[in-house]
Amino acid sequence: MVTVVSAILRRDLELGFRRWGDVASPLMFFAIVTALFPLALSPAREVLQGLGPGVLWIAALLAMLLSLNALFRQDLEDGSMEQLVVGPHPLPLIMLAKALAHWLLSGLPLVLLAPLLAVTYHLPAEGVRALCVTLLLGTPTLSLLGSVGAALTAGVRQSGGLLALLILPLCLPVLMFGSRATALAAEGEVVTGPLYLLGALLALAVTLVPATSSAAIRISLD
Amino acid sequence: MKLPTWFHKLGSPPHFYRLATLLTPWFYVPAVLLLLAGTYGGLVLAPADYQQGDGFRIIYVHVPSAYLSTMVYGVMAVASAIGLIWRMKLAHSVAAAAAPIGAWFTFLALVTGAIWGKPMWGTYWEWDPRLTSELILLFIYLGYISLRGAFDDRDKADRACAVLALVGVVNLPIIHYSVIWWSSIHQGPTIKKLDAPSITGDMLWPLLVMILAYTLIFAALLLQRVRAEVLDRERNARWVLDIMGAPAQGN
Repeated sequence: MVTVVSAILRRDLELGFRRWGDVASPLMFFAIVTALFPLALSPAREVLQGLGPGVLWIAALLAMLLSLNALFRQDLEDGSMEQLVVGPHPLPLIMLAKALAHWLLSGLPLVLLAPLLAVTYHLPAEGVRALCVTLLLGTPTLSLLGSVGAALTAGVRQSGGLLALLILPLCLPVLMFGSRATALAAEGEVVTGPLYLLGALLALAVTLVPATSSAAIRISLD
Repeated sequence: MKLPTWFHKLGSPPHFYRLATLLTPWFYVPAVLLLLAGTYGGLVLAPADYQQGDGFRIIYVHVPSAYLSTMVYGVMAVASAIGLIWRMKLAHSVAAAAAPIGAWFTFLALVTGAIWGKPMWGTYWEWDPRLTSELILLFIYLGYISLRGAFDDRDKADRACAVLALVGVVNLPIIHYSVIWWSSIHQGPTIKKLDAPSITGDMLWPLLVMILAYTLIFAALLLQRVRAEVLDRERNARWVLDIMGAPAQGN
């Protein structure tokens, strides 16, 4: 089991690193979207401090969404997904490994870039720390939820807008708790409550998503 | 699991089609009668509210639509589960037929709520947990309908949509409990199962009549839509050609 997971992780990460553009484009998207708000609304310090948590979280969510389209596309095109499905290893575990690889390639870089962008929004140190922690807890949930949507729409021609319509309603709790916790922390409040809830959502997603996304990919394949 | 025979028979399209044709008027007629009775009771007989005056009367369209917006989703999810588990094609037809009806009830609930909100809360829209979760329900319905439209292969669409419908079920308890969990501008539940209702009898009975009327209308619309769906899916089957009086052709 461990060898399957590590083999899939290694393969997906290697493929990801060979296509630098795919890994870098969500990051650049994240940076550009956050740069739009000060230009469009106001560069004033207090405005940005108020907007920061929400804007950074929304930009991160959209950046994750951007990279989801390609999650299973290549595997479906070159037939390796079929091999994984008919293979002897449990499909939910494979789907979990794929979601983890997706998070490592597109979620983790966002978490690493976020503090830099948070500083340009004049968030205090507490807020920056909360942003990183909430993104660290929230983006894996987004990867997992996204893998269900990507698996459902894998066999569909133009899946971009459809994927957003399917996934965004489900992502709202993560967005709500994540941005609220960041905003509260920036005001110096205690944020253990929303953090626990984000953790609970992640635990729930890790439990339920692999079975769901493997059912969905089976449907898309036959 | 052993299933009774009538359940299997229900899964046969011609049998269901005949049954639905027979039943549809039995839902439509009482629905219209109850609708008339409930409208008269709600608009004329019920006394004006001591706080909201005559404005509260929109409850007689708002509450039934809101109730059905979640109820229809429940029907859709159960039908999807049956379709996935027992691979019953008819159950998928039911889910497919229910989705647009549910979307319209959700839309109605949102619109009547906005009309009610303007005089009572002073605003058409408030980013409140219940309103927001109802809006999300509308998006889930629209996502479901779009996903169904995106597939060329109907069989694939059925099963993919069923998975989506089951995933979307997480939203139902959030809508139901949103008024209790979060401090909300929306009033709490008026009718409780285990408790005395917080509404006087004169106002209550038209509401119950309206809820029943809406439910019957939903049942009638659903049967009619499922019949159309079944005909469309089975358009090359012998029994459909017989009903339509068309000569058999390789279409």
